[in-house]
Amino acid sequence: MARRKPKLAVWKFSSCDGCQLSLLGCEDELLAVVGEVEIAYFLEATRARVKGPYDVSLVEGSVTTPEEVERIQQVRRQSGLLVTIGACATAGGIQALKNVKDVNQFIDAVYAHPEYIETLETSTPIQDHVPVDFELRGCPISKEQLLEVLNATLNGRAPNVPKYSQCIECKRTGTVCVMVSQGQPCLGPVTQAGCGNVCPACERGCFGCFGPKETPNMASLSRRMAELGMERREIKHFYRLFTANADAFREESKGHE
Amino acid sequence: MAKCGSAKDAVVIGTDGLDALIKLLAKDGYDVIGPRVESGAVVLEPVDGVDDLPAGWADEQDGGHYRLTKIDSPAIFEHVVGPHTWKRYLSPPAQTILRARKRGKGFSVEEVVDAPKYALLGVRACDLKAISLQDRVFDNGDFVDKGYFARRNKAFVIAVNCTRAAGTCFCVSMNSGPEASCGFDLGLTEILTKTKHVFLLAAGSERGRKAIAELKKKKQVKAAAAADRAAAAKAVDAAAKSMKRKMRKDAARLLAANREHPRWEEVATRCLSCANCTMVCPTCFCSTVEDVTDLKGKTAERVRRWDSCFTHDFSYIHGGTVRRLRSSRYRHWITHKLSTWHDQFQTQGCVGCGRCITWCPVGIDITEEVRELGKRRT
Ligand code: SF4
Ligand code: SF4
Ligand code: SF4
Ligand code: SF4
Repeated sequence: MARRKPKLAVWKFSSCDGCQLSLLGCEDELLAVVGEVEIAYFLEATRARVKGPYDVSLVEGSVTTPEEVERIQQVRRQSGLLVTIGACATAGGIQALKNVKDVNQFIDAVYAHPEYIETLETSTPIQDHVPVDFELRGCPISKEQLLEVLNATLNGRAPNVPKYSQCIECKRTGTVCVMVSQGQPCLGPVTQAGCGNVCPACERGCFGCFGPKETPNMASLSRRMAELGMERREIKHFYRLFTANADAFREESKGHE
Repeated sequence: MAKCGSAKDAVVIGTDGLDALIKLLAKDGYDVIGPRVESGAVVLEPVDGVDDLPAGWADEQDGGHYRLTKIDSPAIFEHVVGPHTWKRYLSPPAQTILRARKRGKGFSVEEVVDAPKYALLGVRACDLKAISLQDRVFDNGDFVDKGYFARRNKAFVIAVNCTRAAGTCFCVSMNSGPEASCGFDLGLTEILTKTKHVFLLAAGSERGRKAIAELKKKKQVKAAAAADRAAAAKAVDAAAKSMKRKMRKDAARLLAANREHPRWEEVATRCLSCANCTMVCPTCFCSTVEDVTDLKGKTAERVRRWDSCFTHDFSYIHGGTVRRLRSSRYRHWITHKLSTWHDQFQTQGCVGCGRCITWCPVGIDITEEVRELGKRRT
C-alpha cells in the first residue's frame, strides 16, 4: 500500500543557512528523501511553493527581529510536526552573544545607518516562542541525525537521537581522550553527542556545538579546566561559543564574569 | 577453552620470533590485534608485525591523567593497559544483530552474527580475568549471547605478564594480576637484561602448543634456562610489589551497608555523568538496542550499542527515569561493580585494571571512594 507523501517545509529565521544546506548535502540519500516526501516549501532548493498546512516543518534560525516573532506563530499554525534544526533554532546561536551586551553599541559600531536596523535586544531559540515537537542540535546539524528524524517520522517510530555526553561517542569510536592524554580543554563531558565525534577524532577538544547534555555538571568541568590551567576569563569564554545561550552554558559562563 | 599454562615447559623467543608468531597467526587467517601507539596513547588495533608494537614507550597514569613517554629502552611491553579494552573486539561498540524484511503483510527476520577470527596479542592478567567475567555474564545458564561466543571461541589469546604496573593499577588486591596464570593460548613475559632482550613463552592450550611447534620449525625457539625463568618471575614480582593502589577487602560489605552515606552527595559534585568509566571498563557489559529502518520502511535492522548506567535514559521505565541524580547513578555503578555483582554472578565485577580512574576526566578513584565509605562518619 502506497503511503501518502507527507508535505515538508523548511523555514529560515536568523541563521547562516548551513543547517538547511545539510539537507541538500545529503547527496546520495537526497533522491530517496524526495521520493518519500513532497518538498512543499524550501527556498534554498526550489522556487515552487505549495500552500500549507505542512505535515513536517523544519525550522532553522533564531528569533532576532519583531517580524520573526510574528512569523514563527504563522509557521506553528501551519505545521503538524515542528522540528527545530541547529544551534540557532535550539539555543539562539552564535548571535545570542549579543544577549550579554548592549545591542545598540553593536549597531552603532557596525552599521553606517543604524536608523534602518530593526532588531530585538536578544536572539532567542524557537522554543521560547512556540511549542516545539523535536529538536535537532548542532552547528551545523548532523546530516545522519536529520535523515534519522525524517526516516523515523515517515515510519512512525521514535528517532534514535541520544541526549548523553560526547564522551560516549568518543569511546565507542575508540578516540583517545584529549583531556586525559593531552590535558586539552574539552566541552565533551557536558555536551550532547551527535556530531559524529568530529573534533576529538582530530585531537581537538569539543567546542560544544550540540549544546548541553542531559544533567550536565558544569561546576565540576569548570573546576577541572581551572586545574588544567585555564584562567577565569578563559573559562567564561569557553562556554560562550555556538550554544552560548543554552541555559546551562549561559549560567556557568555568567558565574565566571 | 584454554587451560592453564606452565612455566616449566616454557621456551624462549626473541623479537624476531615474536614477529614470526604474528605473521604465522595472520597466515592462519587471524586478524591480529595488539598494542600500538596512536594519538598519544597505546591502543588496541590491528598489527602486522613486531615493528607495529610500542617499543620504547611507557605510560604515566594517575586519576584523570595519562601521558605516553619515550624511554631509553627497547622494551615492547613496558606500557600497561590503555584506553581500549578487548571488549571492543569480543563485544563491539556497535553490532547489527537482526535484519527484518517486509514480506506481504508480515515480515521475515534473520539473526546476524558477525564473528571475525581474532588473535588478541598482549592481553594483561587483569584483562584476561575480565574476559572470563564477561564469559560468565554472556552465558548465564538460561541465555547465551551467540555473537559473543562465536567471536570468543575463535579468538587466539596471547597473554603478557606485567613487568611494570601503572599508577592506577590495583590488580594485586583484586587477585587478578599482574601474572596471567590461566585462560590463554600463549603467555609471554618480556626479559630485558644488559645482554639480552627475549620473551619467555608458555603454551596454555593445544592451539598454543601447535603455534610453538610451528615457531620451532622456523628455528625461532630456544630452550629456556633456569636463569630466564628466574628473571621473568622476578620482573613480575617487582611489578606486584610496586603497585600503589589497592581495594579494601571488605568493599562488598561496605557498599551493601552504606546505601545512605554523605559521600554519595560529595562524589556527585565531581562526577560528570559522562560515562567514560563504564566505556573503558573491561567488565562493564551494558548495551542498548536501536531499531533503524530504511526510508521506505521495507527493511529494518536492530543495532546493539554499548550503553552506560551513567546516562539519564538508562534507567527510563514507563513514567520516567529512576536514577535522575548523579549521586544515584554513581552509587548504582560502584555498588553493582563491587557488591551486587557477587549476588548476580557469584564472582567479582572489578579486576583492578585502573582504567576507570585514569580515564575519568575528573579522576574519580574507585579505591578512594570505597575507602571514604569505610571511614567513620564525623
Ligand atoms: S575527548 Fe572530550 S568528549 Fe572525548 S572522552 Fe575526552 S573529554 Fe569526553
Ligand atoms: S592491573 Fe595488574 S595486570 Fe592489569 S595492567 Fe596493571 S599490573 Fe598489569
Ligand atoms: S571498575 Fe575500574 S578498575 Fe575495576 S575493572 Fe572496571 S575499569 Fe577496571
Ligand atoms: S566517575 Fe568519572 S568517568 Fe565516570 S561518569 Fe563520573 S566523571 Fe565520568
